[in-house]
Amino acid sequence: MQAALVQFKPRKGDLAANLDAMRGVFAQLADGPVELIVFPEAAMTGYFLEGAVYELAFDAPTFAAKVDAQWRAAGGTRPVDVAIGFYENALGTFHNSAMYVRCGGPDGVHIVHVHRKMFLPTYGVFDEERFLTRGRRLSVFDTPFGSAAILICEDAWHALMPTVAALKGARLLIVPSASPGRGLGGNGELESTTRWKALLASAAAEHGVYVLYAGLTGFEGGKGMSGATSAYSPHGDLLQSLGPLDPGIILVRLDPAEIDLARATMPLLGDLSAVLPDLWLDEEIPVTRRLEERP
Amino acid sequence: MTLPVVEARLEEPSLAIDPALTARWLEAFLRDELIERRAIGRAVLGLSGGIDSALVAYLCARALGPENVYAIRMPYKASSSSSLTDAQRVVDALGIHVETIEITDAVDGYLKHAPDADARRKGNVMARTRMLVLFDQSARRNALPVGTGNKTERLLGYFTWHADDTPPVNPIGDLFKTQVWELARYLGVPTEVIDKPPSADLEANQTDEADIGITYAKADRILNMILHGYKDDAIVARGHELAEVRLVRRRVDGTHWKRHLPTTALVSSTAINEFYLRPVDF
Repeated sequence: MQAALVQFKPRKGDLAANLDAMRGVFAQLADGPVELIVFPEAAMTGYFLEGAVYELAFDAPTFAAKVDAQWRAAGGTRPVDVAIGFYENALGTFHNSAMYVRCGGPDGVHIVHVHRKMFLPTYGVFDEERFLTRGRRLSVFDTPFGSAAILICEDAWHALMPTVAALKGARLLIVPSASPGRGLGGNGELESTTRWKALLASAAAEHGVYVLYAGLTGFEGGKGMSGATSAYSPHGDLLQSLGPLDPGIILVRLDPAEIDLARATMPLLGDLSAVLPDLWLDEEIPVTRRLEERP
Repeated sequence: MTLPVVEARLEEPSLAIDPALTARWLEAFLRDELIERRAIGRAVLGLSGGIDSALVAYLCARALGPENVYAIRMPYKASSSSSLTDAQRVVDALGIHVETIEITDAVDGYLKHAPDADARRKGNVMARTRMLVLFDQSARRNALPVGTGNKTERLLGYFTWHADDTPPVNPIGDLFKTQVWELARYLGVPTEVIDKPPSADLEANQTDEADIGITYAKADRILNMILHGYKDDAIVARGHELAEVRLVRRRVDGTHWKRHLPTTALVSSTAINEFYLRPVDF
């Protein structure tokens, strides 16, 4: 499978302009071999919306139709898969979501999966849970490459999330993100980006999975989205990355044989599967929450 | 056999910056805010001869091109003549536009009606007069005023409310003074501007550090730890005098109001910025 990771710079709240820009990206990729196009979190609106999130949230079918319409308008004459972050209105419950959607098919658009962000950062510069409801489930879904899972931004900062996804069979982790860059003390790289790259590479290497990260870019009210769109092999190697400030596209080929190789060399996921029941059944870990334990 | 023993350092949040990365980041911020968001390609800034406005002039010239940067020198009759000279060094080095508009008539015109004004009130009148000039000169040139206040003075409250802090964008407001020095050195700001003692230049022989009562080098380390949540005893354990820690904390705690818009009485469930929430760039 060949994937394209799009480092996207939206105009805040300007859906029409951002869909136009999406169409431009599609036009660039329509004739090529790309089967999967990954956009960042909140790509068509910008990330920091505060109360305006309710004005710019869509139900999944409506948003999928908009994406599909851009693909077809851009001359996409073949099906393509798109993973993209958006604010979701689920019958009046609002989520920071990302969908995996098959566009350009003969029978119309097909939503393969919608992941609702589970870890909503609500500290410091972040205020998501003031406006949004967290997702309750991390699921894997089928893609032409095999099982995949979506982790949105902070979802991927909790080591348990890639672990659960991998245990459920994910061979590909798709990470749409909007990360305000911070920490200028690094050596040519934002400290927040260095942290991101380390944890994504670690997730890829520990579980033998591909990790595809698409970052938003551009400034939102002084907060610079740090881009750093990047791809990681199942060995944990950084295959390619973009800088922080400019839009761009990474093309990356995913080879299932690399996963076999990585897992044969370093069978950590298999080891975890074997040991997991002992860990999980350890009653000292506050995992189960029984009704009578609730206050 | 006695084994060698090494002691781990006490953690302290770093003030180090990569100046190349910092410059690139702040220049992108200026281009995004002025050109892409507002479609205003010109910047106006008050050029005092001090390091903060000099640094902002350099960042604006790099981000927008020197032909799009308008420096306004606004001396009062008591201002040091070296301030004008130092401002000129920056103008000459960058090739930006410059205009000198003396504020003496405007300031003294008002002060005739306030003969009891002390140095602090006079300083505030001067700062607010400069704000008035800066905004009008921006309107004249269809340009945007760019702020020059640094993080240290913002935290210490060492500025005039609704004067120095009024421009709608500020590239250096999250940089401590010592970081301003480092970035200025990297960008090649004239050494005369970098090396002179920082001064508000509202009175003869005035210096910031004498006014505040602590050096910027010490204040920045203490401020950085306060902002990261360190208690006084933890800051003292990292090599600072308790009196200095208390001095800095008192200034921060006494000036939170200066870093906010005016307090508005909330009487509805649609109060602006309390219930009705929209980001500044929406």
